[in-house]
Amino acid sequence: MTALNKKLLRDLWRMRGQLITVALVVACGIATYVTMRGSYESIANAQRDYYAKYRFADVFASLKRAPDSLETSIAAIPGVSKIQTRIVVEVTLDVPGLPEPALGRLVSIPERGAPALNDLCLRRGRSIEPGRRDEVLVSEAFANANRLDVGATIGAVINGRWEPLRIVGIALSPEYVYEIRGAEVFPDNKRFGVFWMSREALGPAFNMEGGFNDVSISLSPGGSEAGVISRLDNLLEPYGGLGAYGRYDQVSNRFLSDEIVQDRITGIFIPAIFLAVAAFLIHVVLSRLVHTQRSAIGLLKAFGFSNTSIGLHFLGFSIFAVLLGTLLGVPLGIWLGRGLSRLYQDFFRFPELRFAPTVNMIVSAVAISGGAACFGALNALRSVAALPPAEAMRPEAPARFRPGFAERLGLQRFVSLSARMILRNLERRPWKATLSVVGLAFAGAILIVGFYFYDAIEYLVRVEFQRAAREDVGITFNEPHGSSARYSVERLPGVLRAEPFRAVPARLRFEHRSRRVGILGLSDDRDLRRIVDQNLRVIDLPPEGIVLSESLARILGVSPGDTITIEVLEGQRPVRRVMVAGTVQDLIGTSAYMDISALNRLMREGETISGAFLSVDSLVAPGLYSFLKKTPAVSGVNVREAMLQSFRNTIAESLNLSTGALIAFACVIAFGIVYNGALIALSERAHELASLRVLGFTRTEIGWMLLGEQAILAGVSIPMGFLLGYSICGLLVYAMQSELYRMPLVISGRTYAFAFITITLASAISGLLIARKIRNLDLVAVLKARE
Amino acid sequence: MPDTVFHVRKVSKVYHMGEVEVHALRGVDLELFPGEFVVLLGPSGSGKSTLLNILGGLDVPTSGEVFYLDHNLTAAAPAELTRYRREHVGFVFQFYNLIPSLTALENTALVTEIAENPLDPRECLRLVGLEERLNHFPAQMSGGEQQRVAIARAIAKRPEVLLCDEPTGALDYPTGKLVLEVLERVNRELGTITVVITHNVVIADMADRVIRISSGEIIDIHKNEKKVAPSELTW
Ligand SMILES: Nc1ncnc2c1ncn2[C@@H]1O[C@H](COP(=O)(O)OP(=O)(O)OP(=O)(O)O)[C@@H](O)[C@H]1O
Ligand SMILES: [Mg+2]
Repeated sequence: MTALNKKLLRDLWRMRGQLITVALVVACGIATYVTMRGSYESIANAQRDYYAKYRFADVFASLKRAPDSLETSIAAIPGVSKIQTRIVVEVTLDVPGLPEPALGRLVSIPERGAPALNDLCLRRGRSIEPGRRDEVLVSEAFANANRLDVGATIGAVINGRWEPLRIVGIALSPEYVYEIRGAEVFPDNKRFGVFWMSREALGPAFNMEGGFNDVSISLSPGGSEAGVISRLDNLLEPYGGLGAYGRYDQVSNRFLSDEIVQDRITGIFIPAIFLAVAAFLIHVVLSRLVHTQRSAIGLLKAFGFSNTSIGLHFLGFSIFAVLLGTLLGVPLGIWLGRGLSRLYQDFFRFPELRFAPTVNMIVSAVAISGGAACFGALNALRSVAALPPAEAMRPEAPARFRPGFAERLGLQRFVSLSARMILRNLERRPWKATLSVVGLAFAGAILIVGFYFYDAIEYLVRVEFQRAAREDVGITFNEPHGSSARYSVERLPGVLRAEPFRAVPARLRFEHRSRRVGILGLSDDRDLRRIVDQNLRVIDLPPEGIVLSESLARILGVSPGDTITIEVLEGQRPVRRVMVAGTVQDLIGTSAYMDISALNRLMREGETISGAFLSVDSLVAPGLYSFLKKTPAVSGVNVREAMLQSFRNTIAESLNLSTGALIAFACVIAFGIVYNGALIALSERAHELASLRVLGFTRTEIGWMLLGEQAILAGVSIPMGFLLGYSICGLLVYAMQSELYRMPLVISGRTYAFAFITITLASAISGLLIARKIRNLDLVAVLKARE
Repeated sequence: MPDTVFHVRKVSKVYHMGEVEVHALRGVDLELFPGEFVVLLGPSGSGKSTLLNILGGLDVPTSGEVFYLDHNLTAAAPAELTRYRREHVGFVFQFYNLIPSLTALENTALVTEIAENPLDPRECLRLVGLEERLNHFPAQMSGGEQQRVAIARAIAKRPEVLLCDEPTGALDYPTGKLVLEVLERVNRELGTITVVITHNVVIADMADRVIRISSGEIIDIHKNEKKVAPSELTW
């Protein structure tokens, strides 16, 4: 081994504390990268494979009813490759063990052979057998949520009568990777499920013999989606077509694709922060190392070592840190990624979602962190190269000091000598103090980002489930009813208050932009269901005009005062024009609201309602539920508490893992920065501190002098960290906003408190470690050397 | 003979360097008396600094005993040694070891703040001839001036002993002489026991006693019949 390498090894050993903290930060960066990038890649691959293997359709359309003969006309549309016509209906379900009724979507499949499009992946059991009309396949999400297995029977209201459905198999479909009902955003797998049933059984039961009410199409290579959609719309128009749409508007696909995009963004964003901090730490540590080894560098140069070999020598520190970080970070990332994939399975149902990090990805993880490390080392290496050997060997000129700021103001009487030392040290090298503060601020900021996700979800719950949706139960009729239905609903057992609503599926159009949404008409004496913006303000509905989600307005490119076209997708399918009366900055989905009377007028219908929001006496609620189960006119029942519960179980759970990891990493970073800062301060001041010890100062006294400086830095950094954290959260909110939800930029006092406590704790612990080093300060050795 | 202040008995110091043992001191016996000025001479590596550090409570011997009055320094816990240094000992080193962020006055005040019966820091600086430089930082002073600040700082607490390890080692001839004059004056006016390590044999002439060390052993103790004033020394 060369002498230079021996020196490197000794330096590494001597600086092992710093080496380990830097390596841990690198490990966090690599782990987050492997986890997030790996998740992104695995879910994107799973989506692609799933869609291809199970023939996910490209264009979808629902209609009232069309004869099977129309299929040939559809097939004749240029660009159409395969067609699958189906019957799709929604029914009320009686699930064993579930007090309230659930909603089932029955989708027809051929009795024999696989569907041409949207094929099923059979997970358990078998497929339906020809002739057995009561056999169904059920979606895995619903089966798991309700603990249903092959052989179980559930009741369904079919044609006004309770019919038993026998589960023979459990299946997945590329159409329902994310299985949600209607216009919901979060899954409630307990109360909504998809069932596949023989077309021969469904047809007669729903008056669809020889006809269909749903069609999926795949495009031939080069086929134009827009062209097919417009021709299909023309074809289906006379049959009550509700407007065809492509994959982009297919609910499950849109959620999934949004998630994939978000994964890609966070997979760049979060690791970048960690690696930036790692680079920062390496910069600080190496600069210090080069500084303390000035004379050694000069000597090596004088002996004829080249800049390159000396540079490589110091780069060795970064290389080691990256190596160690990789060894820790890659397995950690894989482990976390596996956990995350398992949780993903609760939202997104794939035949196979395996977290399989590719060699490519791991190589790039190492390359990126190696790059960050080299970047961090750059400055130190430059100063190595710039150091002329003769000057390097001369001892550094004694540090220049001047009276501190407070003293220039004439306040020295109030500042103790040790405080003066601290202040003057900070003032002498403001750049270094700034760097330390920035590092610490980053640590605080990362903690805030970690905890912020909890805050965002809590806030979302507050806005959506406590301020906006305050009903206990929402019921939807199987078809619109006259307003008298409102009074029938009010007389249901246990109902304290009922607010009717009108929901109209429609395509909103402005210029060439359009979007399918449900327009929700709310009564003006509403108290249960309200419109609440992200600042918790309750929004009033004007007597005329439509109010759109800010996000929807942006998609359509409209602002208040513009007039948009509404193509209603039910009944007579009228086309109307209405003025945008306002927009609301809400957090979830893309909504459109109108006053219920205005909506009725727009539809040129009398007082008509689609359902009602209810406030219910909780004591008699079970009775109400079983009554509703047996009421065929009611097709859907939403229980708010249950939805909240399921939201918490799914979203909150997956958040716990990722946020938990993020917070753990943030703590590592916080500690790494604090500890390194203090260690460097100790090494710089060792001489001075030893001198003080010789003069008879106790360890405690000099401990305070050193740690006091660190405490001031930490104190200054904390508010900066809060500000930085807030800004990063703002950036995240901006980067992650989607049509489905916007994260509110709210950070709770609790989060600030947690960040504060964590930084303080990290500082205290590293303070203790430093205090131990102070105790072992070798007085005699230090005094032998010139500073 | 007045009472002894320091009592050093059979003191040895062994450094273990892996397999090798370095005997820095081998059974040193020594007594120091009130108010005397002692010069320690010896070749490099002979153990002078080691002995001085033990006397000053910076280090403890491997075996043997050191008494300061009735304090047993060999049996003392680290905290007691700190208190001993704080109350009784002043140090002056070759490289001054001033706190760079404090002015001359503040460097001196640093010590008076923690001492029981200190001198006025200004008075100390006047004693070393620096009354004009009170508010200068170390970087704004010459080596000799810095060393005189170090002496002012060392005497500010009215120490019973002043231990100086090559105080003129880094200084030129006139500056070195100036520093020696200060040491002599402090010794005379405050009656502080002063022990000075030097490689400069000439300096031995200003001492009450000259102790020669070689290979960790005291080989000779010489009492000067007539002390020479530092101003009359030449080298
Ligand atoms: N920390 C240590 N570890 C090992 N050996 C040491 C240590 N300190 C001193 N020594 C050894 O002890 C011996 C005495 O050292 P000391 O510093 O007392 O010598 P000195 O007489 O002051 O020399 P100089 O005049 O060069 O300053 C030397 O041989 C030295 O190598
Ligand atoms: Mg020595």
